[in-house]
Order: sequence, then structure tokens, then C-alpha cells
Amino acid sequence: MSVQTQNSAARTGGLRAWLTTETPQSRTQAKLGRIYLGWLTFTRNTLAVVGLGIMLLLVAMAVLAPLLTPYDPLAQDLGQRLLPPSGAHWLGTDAFGRDILSRILYGSRLTLMIVLLVAVTAPVAGLLIGTVAGYLGGWVDTVLMRVTDIFLAFPKLILALAFVSALGPGIENAIIAIAITSWPPYTRIARAETITIRKSDFISAVRLQGASKARIILGHVVPLCSSSLIVRVTLDMAGIILTAAGLGFLGLGAQPPAPEWGAMIATGRQYVLEQWWVATMPGIAIFVVSLGFNLLGDGLRDVLDPKG
Amino acid sequence: MAAILKRPGVPGRRHVVRGASLLASVALTFLGLLLVTFLIGRVVPIDPVIAVVGDRVSADTYARVRQELGLDLPLWQQFLRYVGDVLRGDFGTSVLTSRPVLEDVLRVFPATLELATAAVVIGVVLGVPAGVMAAVKRGRWQDQLIRVVGLIGYSVPVFWLGLMVLLVFYARLEIAPGPGRIDVFYEGVVDPVTGIITVDALLAGETDVFWNALYHLMLPASVLGLFSVAYIARMTRSFMLDQLRQEYITTARVKGLSETRVVWRHALGNIAIPLTTVVALSYAGLLEGSVLTETVFAWPGLGLYITNSLLSADMNAVLGGTLVVGAVFIGLNLLSDLLYRLLDPRAR
Repeated sequence: MSVQTQNSAARTGGLRAWLTTETPQSRTQAKLGRIYLGWLTFTRNTLAVVGLGIMLLLVAMAVLAPLLTPYDPLAQDLGQRLLPPSGAHWLGTDAFGRDILSRILYGSRLTLMIVLLVAVTAPVAGLLIGTVAGYLGGWVDTVLMRVTDIFLAFPKLILALAFVSALGPGIENAIIAIAITSWPPYTRIARAETITIRKSDFISAVRLQGASKARIILGHVVPLCSSSLIVRVTLDMAGIILTAAGLGFLGLGAQPPAPEWGAMIATGRQYVLEQWWVATMPGIAIFVVSLGFNLLGDGLRDVLDPKG
Repeated sequence: MAAILKRPGVPGRRHVVRGASLLASVALTFLGLLLVTFLIGRVVPIDPVIAVVGDRVSADTYARVRQELGLDLPLWQQFLRYVGDVLRGDFGTSVLTSRPVLEDVLRVFPATLELATAAVVIGVVLGVPAGVMAAVKRGRWQDQLIRVVGLIGYSVPVFWLGLMVLLVFYARLEIAPGPGRIDVFYEGVVDPVTGIITVDALLAGETDVFWNALYHLMLPASVLGLFSVAYIARMTRSFMLDQLRQEYITTARVKGLSETRVVWRHALGNIAIPLTTVVALSYAGLLEGSVLTETVFAWPGLGLYITNSLLSADMNAVLGGTLVVGAVFIGLNLLSDLLYRLLDPRAR
């Protein structure tokens, strides 16, 4: 830690000095400087950097999947079924002779899609409901929070199961079910943050200038609640990946032949005693990605939410 | 803690009001749960009339059955009927087993209770000492090791871990039993009294059956308990760090008390209350986590019942099971809340 501080002090001039100056000349410079300092805090945490690396790897796998493997993830080749890991098939083949590595690579697209779709729906809904309830107070607050508490008191996975059973199995419905069951904690966080800043002077100043309630909530309250929410979302992503994989494993998420990791484990289950690699490999992929989100979330918490 | 409980406290008006508002909020939450299961039951793309009479009936019969089922009533009246049915213990009939859902659920629930209880015991026995150790050795290798184990517990897919331990300990090393609650050889030896095989075996004095059931319980309970070990250890660590900073700890040390006594008696004694609520919450989480674990280990509990019903689109059974898990979940939340208020004089 002290080495880095010395380094930045020793090298005067250049970009680093511009970023770390105590007298920024513009808002942009101040903002960039803050981001730079946050980045320094973040990179001091080795595990967090590992987590970020895993995330980048996941994105790279999803984008470059066709370039990384010569095999089609869906094409069956029954002459090649259940082959152990070898030079031709690094992670072996499954019961239909499909290359497991290719399926894992293409499956990262599904994982990424699930994570992104849940991340743009549930926290946004929670943020809006929470800030509105916290800022307006009164009966609006009471009603919204009652509903939130009801959803919070439910077991998430069981509720998601019930939703999927009603909507029918499939990856879209699994995403909807996960989103429906995961917004309440965000609402709680956003409301708590809103209540602490609702009475601040700068909010009063904006109100006296004649800003509408919508403008105050969207323009001034929401941005201040975002950082603690981002931390929570990142930490929750691991759980969301596990839930999605669990639904896939139960046959309620992505349907075959889609290369979803949880569903791959389910099909590999019957061969697990002899052809162990079929079920083992996708599980390692789920584990590594979910670990990555947990590490990244821990690191982000140190940067964005010093109170926690 | 006994001293706290003995404190003379006449339940004043404040307590009554607070108790009433707590009860009201629980009742409201339960009503919300009913509303959600009711609405899920209504959006299912299966026509409940056809499910009862089949699709080769005349329009007259169809209309009559529809009326008998109360499907011609406005939605809110249907909901009231539903609430009434549930409160009378009528969850409908399972299509799969053609028995009342409540009967089915009561039959399979003890197996889940046994599994989740064993898992929470593992969570407390390993998690609390690990958390204390991590707090005392903060920043040292013991702390790092416990943190890494905790991260693994949070990140590993439990159904995959179950398959892997079966592969290693049952198939390869042959030191653990296979799936199921008990060896076929012992099946039916003990009459079910509580439905919890280990307890029933002890009641009947069948020690062989008891050990066999415990042997079968070991693997699934450990897999399920890993998450709770991670959660309890993390919470214990952070509670302990808070306590170890306090001045009374310094006083105790200055008095010349041994470090063991300071940590395990003074500090740990003071976090007993928040820890109790953490354990209650993690127990609720385990009931839910048992769905996937039971599927992997063919453990005939509520989780397996719900998933089997799901796959055969047996909606009464799915919603009945969901309701029971939800009710237990709400109950445990309430219990942890009450325990906290009861044990901590500051919260009264």
C-alpha cells in the first residue's frame, strides 16, 4: 500500500499527477480523479482483480465462442459419444457426441443473458419503488413496503419454481421468475438510503427551486442510491446464476438441446458414475463464474460502500 | 441470559399493542402468500374443469362442473373460497397420488425436517467456532482460509456438489451410502411415529436402524449444510469483531482473565442473541435449499415432492407444497424476530 503511494508521489507530472491533483480544474477532472482513486483501492484487493478477470473471461468466451472452437455445440455425432477428455475433445463429449467444451463456451452466452436481463430489471424496479416509497412517505410508503415485505418473506427458489410451473418451462420464463422474486431487497436498500437523504439541505434547495417530485427522485435521489445497489447486485449475481442453473437442472429453465450449464449437468447425471466428465465440467464452469461474481462484489463493496 | 429472562416484566399496554401489530403483519403476509399462490393457480394454462372431467364431455356437463368448482364466480369470491379452503386444511387433491395434498405434504415433511435440522446442526457446530477463530486471528492465514471456504460455500451449485460427493465417496471410495434415507434391508423395520427415521429408530430401540439412517443422512446434510456453515461463520466473525473492539473486553483482559475466557465466555456470550436469529434465518434457507439436494440424493421429502409434482403439472400439489414451505418460512422469520425481542432487553 505504502509503496504505491510513494510511487504516485514520486512521479510528478503526467496523467497520474493530473488525476490525483488536489485542485482539479474541472468537474470532469475531479470525477476522473475519483474513479482513478477507486480503481487503485480496487486493484489493491487481489481477489477482486481475480473476480474481474473471471468476468472478462466470461464475456470473451461469449463473444468469441465460434472462433475458439471448431465444433458445433448442437450437432450430434453418435459415433463420438461419451468420449473421455483428449486432445481432440479437451473436456470430452456427451451422450450425443457433442463436444462439451464447445457447449460450455456457447452456454456462457445463456448465462450472460440471464445475468444481464435480471440485472437490468429487478434492481431498476426495486430502485424506483424504494425511492418513491422513501421520498413520498405516508400511505404510499406503507402500502409499497407492505407488499415488499410480503415478497421478502417468501422462499425465493420455491416461489420461482411455482412461477415457472405456471408460466411453463423455458429460459425466458425462468428469467421472469427470478426477476419477480429478486426485487424486494433492492427496494429495502433504496428506501433506507432515500430516507437518510430526503431531509438534506441540497434536496430542500432543489425543491425550493420548484423541481417536481419526479425530477427530484429521478435526478437527485436515484443517483445517490445507485452505488450501494450496484454492490448488492454484483453479490446477488452469484445467487442468480445458481438459481438459474438450479432451474435448468430441474428441467424448468432452458430446454434441450440448448447448452445451458445446469441442464447439461442434469443430462450428465445418469452417466456420472462411469463418464464423470459429462456432469463435472459444466458444474466447474458454474462454480467459477459464481465465485467470480462473489469476489468482484466483495472488492466493489470496499470501493463503493466504505460503510459496509 | 437466565438473569435477563427472570427480570420482572409485567406485559404493559405497549407490549400488547406491539404484539398485535406483529400478529397483524404476519397475518397480512400469509394472506399475501395465499394471494400469490391463488393467482399462480389461475394463470396456469391448464383448464381446471378439463383436468377434472376430461375433454370429451358435453357443454352442459362442462358448465355444471365449472359451476361446482366455483369458477363462474367473480375472482374475489373465488379467492375468499380459496382462503376458506386452505384455512380448513383443504389443499385439493393431488393428481399424481390421488390423495389429499395436505396428507401427502404431512407425510413427506418429516424427511425434509430431518435433513434441514441435521444441516443446521452442522452449520452451527462448524460455523460458530470458525467465525470466532477468524475474528480472533483477523488477517492471518486462519482468517483467509475460513474466508475462502466461505466463498466456496456461497459459490458452489449445491446439486452439482451433491453429484460430486456421491461420485467420490459412494462410487469411487465406497465409504458412503448411496441415495435414499435408509438401506432397503432396513426399510419398514421401524413404524413411523414422528416420520423422522433417526428419532423413530431410537424410540423403537433399534440402534442398527438408527446408525444406518444417520449414515445415510451424513452426505446430504453435509452438502446442504455447507452454505449454512459459510453464512453462520461470516456473521459470527463480524459480530465478534464488533465485540472485541469494546472496552469491556479490554477491562476483562486487564483484570488478567485468560484469553480463552475473554473470547469464548465474555465476547461470545454477548453475541448469542443476534446469532440465534441468524441460525433461525439460515434454517429457513435450508428448508428451501433442500429442494435441489433432495432431488440429487433421492431424499423423499417436500422438495422432491414439489419437483416431482412440477414435472407432471400437478398444480394442487405444487401450490400446496409452496404454501407449506412459505408458511414455515414466515413462521421462522417470526420466531427469529420474537426470540430477538424476548432475549435482548434493549429490544423490549
